Formats: sequence, structure tokens, C-alpha cells
Amino acid sequence: MNELTAGFWDAARRHELVVQRCDACGVLRHYPQYLCPQCRSDAWSWTPIEGRGIVYSFTVTHRAFGAAWAERVPYAVATIELDNGIRMLSDLAADDTDDVAIGARVEVWFDDVGDDVTLPRFRLVRPE
Amino acid sequence: MSASSLRDACAIVGVANTAYTRGTEQSTLQLHLEASVGALADAGIAPSEVDAVMPHDLGDRCAEEFMVNLGLTDLTFSSTMHTGGASFGSAVQSACLAVAAGIANVVLIPFGRRGFSEQRVSTSTAKMMPALYSIQEFEKPYGSLVGVQWFAQAAQRHMYEYGTTSEQFGQVAVACRKHANLNPNAVMYSRPMTLEDHQASKMISSPLRMFDCSLESDGAGAVVITSAARARDCAKPPVYISGLGEGHGNPPTSITQKREMTFIEGLHSAGQRAYAMAGVTPADIDCAQLYDGFTWFVLGALEALGFCGKGESGPFVERGCIELGGELPVNTHGGLLSEGHVSGINHAIEAVRQLRREVEPARQVEHCETVLVSNEGDMHEGSVLILHR
Repeated sequence: MNELTAGFWDAARRHELVVQRCDACGVLRHYPQYLCPQCRSDAWSWTPIEGRGIVYSFTVTHRAFGAAWAERVPYAVATIELDNGIRMLSDLAADDTDDVAIGARVEVWFDDVGDDVTLPRFRLVRPE
Repeated sequence: MSASSLRDACAIVGVANTAYTRGTEQSTLQLHLEASVGALADAGIAPSEVDAVMPHDLGDRCAEEFMVNLGLTDLTFSSTMHTGGASFGSAVQSACLAVAAGIANVVLIPFGRRGFSEQRVSTSTAKMMPALYSIQEFEKPYGSLVGVQWFAQAAQRHMYEYGTTSEQFGQVAVACRKHANLNPNAVMYSRPMTLEDHQASKMISSPLRMFDCSLESDGAGAVVITSAARARDCAKPPVYISGLGEGHGNPPTSITQKREMTFIEGLHSAGQRAYAMAGVTPADIDCAQLYDGFTWFVLGALEALGFCGKGESGPFVERGCIELGGELPVNTHGGLLSEGHVSGINHAIEAVRQLRREVEPARQVEHCETVLVSNEGDMHEGSVLILHR
């Protein structure tokens, strides 16, 4: 985390999903960058977005590549394509591992993993 | 100087490699030096004639180490590429530019890592490149930690879009293993693999299984590049660099951000540049040594480099096209999947030896005149060499 990205994590702590929006041309961007790749403006603001979209692709990981994940295997990791076109990566809920599919609807939830760290995570949208 | 003026301007005149092993007593520098001394001897060029060194980023090397060990009193040129798996081909491009511009005369490029004894991908001790900062902050916290997970998503998407199957990925692994069994220096020499073995191998990160992953191995290689004029006085016939190209993925943050995750655009543009420079088409390529970090890379490269259309690589490999005797033999040394992970320099070394008729007769490609070598990095960047004798 640095001065460019801190706002994303600050918003997550407030249970808000934000991305950068160019003040000059209005284009949304993620991951955070200093300049707008569309118009090169350095003026931007964090803008709240809807945390809903689809699974663009995914993998179910069966081997723990870090000690912290040993309890989670097998777990699904997905590329999320939000309805506004922004892509994010998230693991999915344990219940989702068997049901994940490309095109499946997902929604964000906010996981307070520590006193001052919140991860925006995604899960499959289940029928009511 | 136009790009096409680099066509055949330079040649590879020396190649050498260490043994490829799982475990070594030697330091990475020792491996690089062994390969370097060997490549210069192969070229018949005295070390004192070397005036440029291109050290390998992921091997953690610097030019000064080669100066002091090889007794080089000065260098006119040195630079290091930071494009991960694409770095070797990019280093060749820089070397050729330096030679063609008259800055350097003899360029030494040593590459390789201790991927078993030091930097193991499977235990997350591999070096993380600075360019992967977005992945560090926005993807690692979610358990997407290593390359097999990143590329598994591309492989999964290819299956979804085109109906590609795990068995088709397996055909790549089996072809590479078959070739490795004709190559005594391959780590997997005398360890045959069937498609059933591939299908029975452990799932690592779906759809990629253990046998879809390249080897963790120790070893190094080196090549020596000089001008076409100087090349004519070397120990062996020159292998000319008739085309080369580099291309970068967009955006170069993470594979998750690619609008088209299954199309390796940096490799595609690198290939287009190399074909144009060499004045050849995919149909002119007699065999291809394609960077194969995972089996998926070979399918992606076959499409990106125009050997088949988008989505057609699965059926292409299923027909046996990439095996020796097929339409386009691929990775005749066994590749990163079965010879050893030597950061792609082993693909160029194999290309040179195919063109020189120096490989074991059983894996010599008949009438081999033109060989394509591809290297590929983590964010769809690519580099391509077209070599001919």
C-alpha cells in the first residue's frame, strides 16, 4: 500500500468499493495509476462503484503455495468482471468452490480480516 | 537503420550449457561461468574479445562478475532485460542492436537459475519482479500467489471459449516428454510419460495438473553473438539471426486485466515483427522452440504466432502436429516441461544445434533450415527469434 493506493483500502474499511475515476475524461481505472491512460490527466478521484459482476475466469487451487492458505485448499480464485467493465481478482467463499463457473453472477462483501484491514471479497450470488 | 536492416546482420556463433539437474553444489554464478566458457570455446573466440555482456535479471547476475572471472578488461555495452520469461529473446535483440550499430563486437549472454536449489516456484521462493507490484497488492492477498494460478485462469478461459480439453494440454506435455527421451541432457530423459500419466497427475490449480507445469531445475546456458562478418571466421558455421521482435502485453499489470485473456498479444506482435524482418511466414518455419512455462503456453503461442487460428491449437496438438515427424515439431529438446527450466535460453541453444545438425540423430528435424524461438513473460510480453543456417 502506498499514497496512490491507500484510498482503495481506506474505503474498504468503510465497506465501500471504489476505483479511480479520471477528473478530466471520466474513464474508470484499476489497478491504481498516477495518470489516466486515456487522456494522461493526473487529476482523479475515488468513485464508489457497484460490487456486482460475473466470473470472467477462475481456477480452483489444490495446493497451498503459502502457509496461510493450507487450511483453505481447495479454494477458488476468480477474475471478476464488474458490470462497469472493471476487473478485480478475488477468492470465492468456501461454499462456492464446487459451483464456480465462467459467467456466474458475483457480488462483493467486506471481510474485516484485522483491526485495520478489510478485504473486499466476492461470492456467488445465490437465488433467494 | 530500419528494422529490416537487422536481418542476418548478426549470428549466433557459440552455444553451451551445463548439466540440467534437480540439485547442485554449484552457485548460480559458477553455472553461468561454466556455460560462458563453453560457449566461447564452441565459437572459437577468445574471452578477451568479448566486449559486451547481458546479465540475467532472474539469475541475479551482474556484468562485473563476468569481467573479473573471464578477465575482461573493459566492456563497451551491457544491459539487463526485466521482462521475465521473455528476457532472453529481448537480450538478443539488444545485443544485435549494439553489434549492428558498431557499439559492440562480441556479446556474451549467459542465462539460467537454480530453480530447484534456490528459487522454487512451488514454495514461493522464486524472485518476484518489481513489475508485478499490482499483483503483490491486489491479488496475492486473495491467495493467487504463483504463476500456475495466474495462467490456469487463461487456460480455463480457453477451454470455455473454444472447447479445449485437459487432454489437449496433455498432448503438449507428452510431446515434450517424448522429445526429452531422445535427449540425454534432459532432466526427464528415460522417464516416459503417457497421456494417462498426465491425466492421473495431481491437480495443482485447475485445469493445470502437475504435468502441465515446467520443471524446477538447476542449470545455465550461454550464447555468443557477433556480426555476420566476424561470424564467418568462427569455429563453426554461423547461425544467422534473420528476424527478431519484442512485444509487450497491455496492460502490463496482471493477466486478470487482459481484455482477451486467451490471446498472448505481446508474443503475437513480437512474432509479426520477427516474420516481417526475416521475410518469412509461419509456413516457412521447420520447427519451433516455444517457451513452455506451462502446457497452456504452447497452445497460446501456436495461435499468437499464426501456426494455427484462434481456438484451433487444441485440435492442432491432438493431431500430433507438434511431435517430431509432424507438421511443426515443437520443443525437440523437451522444453521447460521436460528438458529443464533454463529461462528459455535452452530453446535457442536447441535451435542452433538443430540448424548445425548437432543433436542426436533421432531428434534431428529433417531439412531443418529455419527455426523459430519464442520466449514469454508473466504479463503476455514476448520475444521471438527466427534463426537460419
